Amino acid sequence: MPQKPILLILILALAYAGVRATAQAPAATGQQRPQPSEIELSITGEPGAPPKYAVPDFIALSPDPETAAAAKTVAAVLWDDLGFEREFYLIPRDTYASIPPARSLTDIAFDRWRELGADGLVTGTVQKTANGLRLEVRLFNVRARQSVFDREYSGPATNPRFFAHTVADEVHQQQRALRGVARTKLTFSSDRDGERVQGTVERREVKEVYISDYDGANQRRVTVNRALNIMPTWSPDARSIAYTSYRRGYPDIFISLIYQGTLQTPMAAGGTQNWLPAWSPDGTRIAFTSSRDGNPELYVANRDGSNVRRITNNPAIDTTPTWSPTGAQIAFTTDRTGSPQIYVIGADVLNLRRITSESYCDRATWSPSPFNELAFVCRTGPGYDIKIYDFASAQTRQITFGEGSNESPSYSPNGRHLAFTSTRAGKTQIFTIGRDGNGLRQVTTLGNNYTPDWSK
Amino acid sequence: MNTVWVRRTALLLLLLVTVAAGACGKKKPPIARPIPPPPGGSTTVTPPPEPPTPAPEPTTVPPEPVAEDTIAAGSIDDINRNSPLKPVFYALDAAEVDADGQKVLQGNAEILRRYTTWQISIEGHCDERGTAEYNLALGERRAVAARNYLVSLGIPADRVKIVSYGKEFPFDPGHSEEAWSKNRRAHFVVTAK
Repeated sequence: MPQKPILLILILALAYAGVRATAQAPAATGQQRPQPSEIELSITGEPGAPPKYAVPDFIALSPDPETAAAAKTVAAVLWDDLGFEREFYLIPRDTYASIPPARSLTDIAFDRWRELGADGLVTGTVQKTANGLRLEVRLFNVRARQSVFDREYSGPATNPRFFAHTVADEVHQQQRALRGVARTKLTFSSDRDGERVQGTVERREVKEVYISDYDGANQRRVTVNRALNIMPTWSPDARSIAYTSYRRGYPDIFISLIYQGTLQTPMAAGGTQNWLPAWSPDGTRIAFTSSRDGNPELYVANRDGSNVRRITNNPAIDTTPTWSPTGAQIAFTTDRTGSPQIYVIGADVLNLRRITSESYCDRATWSPSPFNELAFVCRTGPGYDIKIYDFASAQTRQITFGEGSNESPSYSPNGRHLAFTSTRAGKTQIFTIGRDGNGLRQVTTLGNNYTPDWSK
Repeated sequence: MNTVWVRRTALLLLLLVTVAAGACGKKKPPIARPIPPPPGGSTTVTPPPEPPTPAPEPTTVPPEPVAEDTIAAGSIDDINRNSPLKPVFYALDAAEVDADGQKVLQGNAEILRRYTTWQISIEGHCDERGTAEYNLALGERRAVAARNYLVSLGIPADRVKIVSYGKEFPFDPGHSEEAWSKNRRAHFVVTAK
């Protein structure tokens, strides 16, 4: 038993170390080469249409199968990543077969890529080094036959996908001044292990906290306590996950420092029951629900549990908090009018106002800036759908439309996407979707998966 | 014991037979005066065949206390597997204990008064139609409502813990009204005895 968590911690620590190493590499070797002038840097497509990109397999410069596999993986993942923000049209990779693969970065068949309709071509080389892999990456303006993005990356060979994620984020930054989310992660709870809760007469399945890349790759179990572990949420620095666990027989808030393998229970006070933690945007405070005064109310405490402050005071249920991007306000769910509805209150406990007047709403999540909106779920029939309230216009729009039940939305850190759960494919699975309701992708497939939260 | 009983029966039969054999003394009350058994010819019929009949007597004595002991004697898991504490059911999106629920809780209070050392946990559960987040609070209210009623019946509050599981542990995994109505409940678990 004790080895398991330690092993996991080790894996996570290594993964994190790898991430840091790679993340820093491009900064060190990146922008040194001379770049073409500003005007030529941005690749454009036909008027009114997004530029079309092609991403053929990278060129493996080392003869071993691992490098060859990495050259394929990087290209495939990069194709996915570059399509995710829907700023570019990605030409399907199975249409490249007729174009002879390049042997070097000076050997590109630009005419053939032009025939295929490509405006931009992302390609590169992969080489084995003593410490892992080195990649050289180019984004070519196909019409001008000119490289507009020319960077080198090196890092461990254990996770070639991370190279692709880094490149995708940097291309989005350079071409669109957009913060991509390819290196962000999700956390969620899952019953996929099929393990039984101990000490109950009825058969009850455990739920454990998991993390994964934003696209569902590299799914890893974080908790191993065979109890109910639900509603996990990333700290803003993405080094900790706060969640609700029943490992002591009642709900309490646990904070797992996932790269250190340590655990904290800052809100535990005399067996009080606390659940649904929500980090303030600066990570210094946590809002949560507690029945410590006899009724579900909202509280805010410092991250270490000090300075507990009661936010609501009402015989109704007050729960499910989410912070505004500046930390000045909290949106939450209350049933003080009879059915659960979304309200907003100042973190100074002033200015309570009602946002929704529908049959049943819950799980508000405040968008990051520059958007100023709240996503939440509404009962729309037998199940739920996701709606978004825009503060500027005071208008509400709907994102999902009755395909299964859709719950628990969480914004991506750039505000352009939502992760949520849906039963549209059978069991409860995690999906991502654009804030305009387009670009649906399924993230999980194993067991049932619940309450995703997107790293900041 | 048995031998005494057989002897007495035999004596009684002998007496009856004697009276019958006399076939007359209706006026005489059959006073038990078993002095001299008259050596009539009929005497040979009497004692041996009758004794096996007396079945009824022993049945009146043992059964009830044994049944009571089996509740308290089992392990806590045994008690919870076939619990004398019955669940309270709730309406959709509601946490009020209705008349049926009150009757159930009165029965549960009766049990708790009999087993004064039992500690219990009331679990609040919800059906799948609410959201996971709100249901954690709704389950809490259901458990609190059940506890408050038990306490109003004189059960000490410190014997009763509560915990909400929201919709995390449905008793019936189905998706029908029948399943949902089973899942909206306050469930009683004995945690110490």
